[in-house]
Amino acid sequence: MMNREPKQYDTGEVLPPPTERYTVLGWLHKNLFSTWYYTILTLVTLYVLYIVVKPTLNWAFTQAQWQVVVVNLRLFMVGQYPADQVFRVWIALHLLAFTAGMAWGIFFPRARRIGAAILLIPLLFAALPFISNFSRVNWVLFDVFALLGWGLAIWRPQAMRRPLLVLILAYFPILILLIYGIKPILRIVKTNLWGGLMLTLLLAVVGIVISFPIGILLALGRRSELPIVKLFSVLYIEIIRGVPLVTVLFMAELMLPLFLPPQIKIDNVIRAMAGIIIFEAAYMAENVRGGLQAIPKGQYEAAWALGLNGFQTTFYIILPQALRNVIPVLVNQFISLFKDTTLVAIVGLLDLLGIASTVLAQPEFIGRQREVYLFIALIYWVFSYAMSYASRRLEVALGVGER
Amino acid sequence: MMKQASVPFWRDERVLAWIAQIVFLVVTVAFLWYLYHNMITALAERGLLPSFHFLKLTAGFDISQHLIPYDRSSTYGRAFIVGTLNTIEVSILGIIFATILGIIIGVMRLSTNWLINKLASLYIEIIRNVPLLVLLVFWYTGVFLQLPRLKEAKFLPGPTIVSNRGIAMPWGKPTSTWHIYLYILLVGFILAAIVWWRLTLIGKRTGRMPLVSLWSTLTFLGVAALGWIGLVIFAHQAPLAPDLPKIQGLSTVGGLELSPEFLALLSGLVFYTAAFIAEVVRAGIQSVSKGQVEAARALGLNGFQTFRLVVFPQALRVIVPPLTSQYLNLAKNSSLAVFIGFPDLYSVAGTIHNQTGRAVEVTVLMMSIYLSFSLITSAFMNWYNKKIRFVER
Repeated sequence: MMNREPKQYDTGEVLPPPTERYTVLGWLHKNLFSTWYYTILTLVTLYVLYIVVKPTLNWAFTQAQWQVVVVNLRLFMVGQYPADQVFRVWIALHLLAFTAGMAWGIFFPRARRIGAAILLIPLLFAALPFISNFSRVNWVLFDVFALLGWGLAIWRPQAMRRPLLVLILAYFPILILLIYGIKPILRIVKTNLWGGLMLTLLLAVVGIVISFPIGILLALGRRSELPIVKLFSVLYIEIIRGVPLVTVLFMAELMLPLFLPPQIKIDNVIRAMAGIIIFEAAYMAENVRGGLQAIPKGQYEAAWALGLNGFQTTFYIILPQALRNVIPVLVNQFISLFKDTTLVAIVGLLDLLGIASTVLAQPEFIGRQREVYLFIALIYWVFSYAMSYASRRLEVALGVGER
Repeated sequence: MMKQASVPFWRDERVLAWIAQIVFLVVTVAFLWYLYHNMITALAERGLLPSFHFLKLTAGFDISQHLIPYDRSSTYGRAFIVGTLNTIEVSILGIIFATILGIIIGVMRLSTNWLINKLASLYIEIIRNVPLLVLLVFWYTGVFLQLPRLKEAKFLPGPTIVSNRGIAMPWGKPTSTWHIYLYILLVGFILAAIVWWRLTLIGKRTGRMPLVSLWSTLTFLGVAALGWIGLVIFAHQAPLAPDLPKIQGLSTVGGLELSPEFLALLSGLVFYTAAFIAEVVRAGIQSVSKGQVEAARALGLNGFQTFRLVVFPQALRVIVPPLTSQYLNLAKNSSLAVFIGFPDLYSVAGTIHNQTGRAVEVTVLMMSIYLSFSLITSAFMNWYNKKIRFVER
């Protein structure tokens, strides 16, 4: 065996690890012009960007007539909801702000800066020149309620957990009662007067909330050992997932009235809601099933060993863990449903997109398609992007996938 | 050991499970029967008891685009087929273009060039967060209907006529030798298949796989080109005569005419789905571990070989399942065509319902057609997925 001396590289002085520091030119070289073909690619891209962006900006700031949006802002937001009842929508929003503020204070007590940044957005809305003073006051109130909720949560984080849960669970029925009305106190506003962004959001919320329990049952049914129950669940899920949402809406619109006894009359909005729920339940079931499959077998075995029966195992051990894993996926489902609600415009509802068509039919705004559709596209984009950003944060906060 | 008989039947789990299922079945069937009974009663009042006889009646409405002969004296059944074919046409074209664009954007998203990378992510973030229907309406009313009127139509080289009536492109018209040419193409296809088979055999025997796809494609193209030249020389007639569009009165004549509805639907579907496919492609390529690339380079493969032989086959396994669901989404999303007036299956079904009032039959027929698309596509993709699956050794 040869005896080798280890080579001596040590020069006696310890060099610091190389730090990556670039000048502007260095950065440009590394990221844009590192090779000859990247240089060509960069230049061509810049040129294409120039010829696309310049006329677009030129159009947006000089030729476009945004008056159509400003004049019809209320239509876009709440549709034909009676103007003297709009305060109810605001109350629902304030309650939401209060709940969200409280949740923020409990779950992200340290993230003050992001919270403050979010609170700036309503103030920005309040500063818009063309909105009414009533809306201005309400946007400010929105922030006040959010801060109130946040303050309560910071003051008594432990004591506020239970009220927050109650508030979250009670929010949906309160919301529906507020918007629809209760006989002696609040005037009933028929669903055919609901419209605009409010209808879009309501359809999405109703769709997710009501399809949630149905989806859980279908998911449990699909994993059940009872062949008839399993067959029924699989058939339902696969048939619904195999057809487009429009066809389900078509069916709800035309066949639902036939299925019901003749005394019961339901209007378009309720029919669309039923269609959305039927459709979403199948997708919800698959999402929940994903969560159920992620639960290790040991959990079942441990529960059985403790003497829990099938019902107890499912509802006390398995579902709570599965649903926790599913939360980010549910947010994503909510986002795609939020976008899919546009399809109700096809069956004639006046959601954000449906309202856009009626606005374009106004004689003074003929030919303003680009402005209107860009505006509603922007609203959809802001909501979806904010929600998907939040869901990514939520995933980190919940620590899904890491244990 | 405890005897089975010692458990009374009301505590025997198997018996209980069956009782539960029977109760479930009875309740479900009773509920469905109740709905069915209500429906039949309501339909009987209107004199519209379910039957598919109406499919043989004359439709009496026009469909602006049809791949098979159709006019207003055709039957409802034929109208259904026309709508279905339109849906299939736009879905297949959409899938092809969306895949190409999606791969390009997905690769751009992985580029180390900052500008290209950011541009691709900007595209993905914008498109994914806007509803498809809004995009479609924007393409239709904001782009294709805003093109100049036919009088001031733009002429692109070709000539291609671009106006708010759509785009008319030069196309080929089959001549008398077309059917001979079809046989030549068939021969070319068979030859290409033989080349494929032989080269694969050689590759397996020698262990050096030639460029199988390239050579077989070249064989096919070679036969196609030779056949064309041969027909021109010997039969003095090319199989396709150029068919150039021109403006005649208030419309264009000749060539391939693409309506603004069709173009808007196709662009909307392609640009929307491409954003999702790009993310699928990116995730697939990123899922291949870096060690694989380093190992391939260490074996002496060059960049292209590394991608073709090592990265791509492994990425494909991750890509195919989500890609399938994107394809299915595209096919299902084509039903939004009705909002911009393209006569797809849903739109035609809607018209038929308006004319006949046969809600139940139309719904059932339409849903079964969409369902069979989905089932066929997913069956095919499952088969393909099984074929490329990782073989554990």
